[in-house]
Amino acid sequence: MKRWLPQPLFSLSLWGVWLLLGNTLAPGQILLGGLLALALPLFTVRFWPDRPRLRRPLRILTYILMLLWDITVANLTVARLILHPTRKLRPAFIRLPLDLGNDFAIVVLTNTISLTPGTVSADLSLDRRSLLIHALDVDDVEQTIARIKHRYERPLQEIFAC
Amino acid sequence: MLDLLTSFFLVVGGLFALIGSIGLARLPDLFMRLHGPTKATTLGVGGILIASMLHFSSLDSGLSLHELLVALFLLITAPVSAHLIARTMIHLRGGTGTVVDEREAGPQQGGTDQR
Repeated sequence: MKRWLPQPLFSLSLWGVWLLLGNTLAPGQILLGGLLALALPLFTVRFWPDRPRLRRPLRILTYILMLLWDITVANLTVARLILHPTRKLRPAFIRLPLDLGNDFAIVVLTNTISLTPGTVSADLSLDRRSLLIHALDVDDVEQTIARIKHRYERPLQEIFAC
Repeated sequence: MLDLLTSFFLVVGGLFALIGSIGLARLPDLFMRLHGPTKATTLGVGGILIASMLHFSSLDSGLSLHELLVALFLLITAPVSAHLIARTMIHLRGGTGTVVDEREAGPQQGGTDQR
């Protein structure tokens, strides 16, 4: 099992992407996609030196749902900030200390930060211990950091077991 | 009915794309400008994709879901390019300053300049 299917979740997403690309559920495509989904991870497994271990895969779903909701909110927030000329914006750089030990998890967190209300990730420190964030309008730096750590970093730690 | 829904999502999507572009044009500095395209545009394209899914699913050819892929790739790539631009800006500005100094001081300190 482990030998023939080294990355079950990767295989599953490949299969999904294949069927979505074809926009079809024809039996031939399902079969072909399934074969590719089996073969590609087998051939590429050696290019993944430290692939993330997923401890709680189902938690990903709730994370994605939460992210989609937050993206919608983020859009409304930023739209409001852009359209209000009278309101004085208080942009700031924030340094967020990272507790994630896995590169992939850091990438996911970085993307999440860029997609959610009022923050864009700007730079990762060389030792991967802190992330520089640019925020469009900040009231309280501590509060922003606490929100990111609580809402996004904690779940990612659970998902990737790091 | 479905046409109404489709046009609703088209209008919403177009509106957010417009707001994103306005933000790009009128926010005062580069870092703030990044917020427009990474956020407002996401929902803009999202709305248009939902409209596309509704419209083409209602045609004879059956369910149309490959718009999901467009959304997925957009969500992956938009933050990456924003990050790249921001990072380039920081390193250009700090080219003779803190960034270089920190790097020479050793990787343990890491990080970049803070305004």
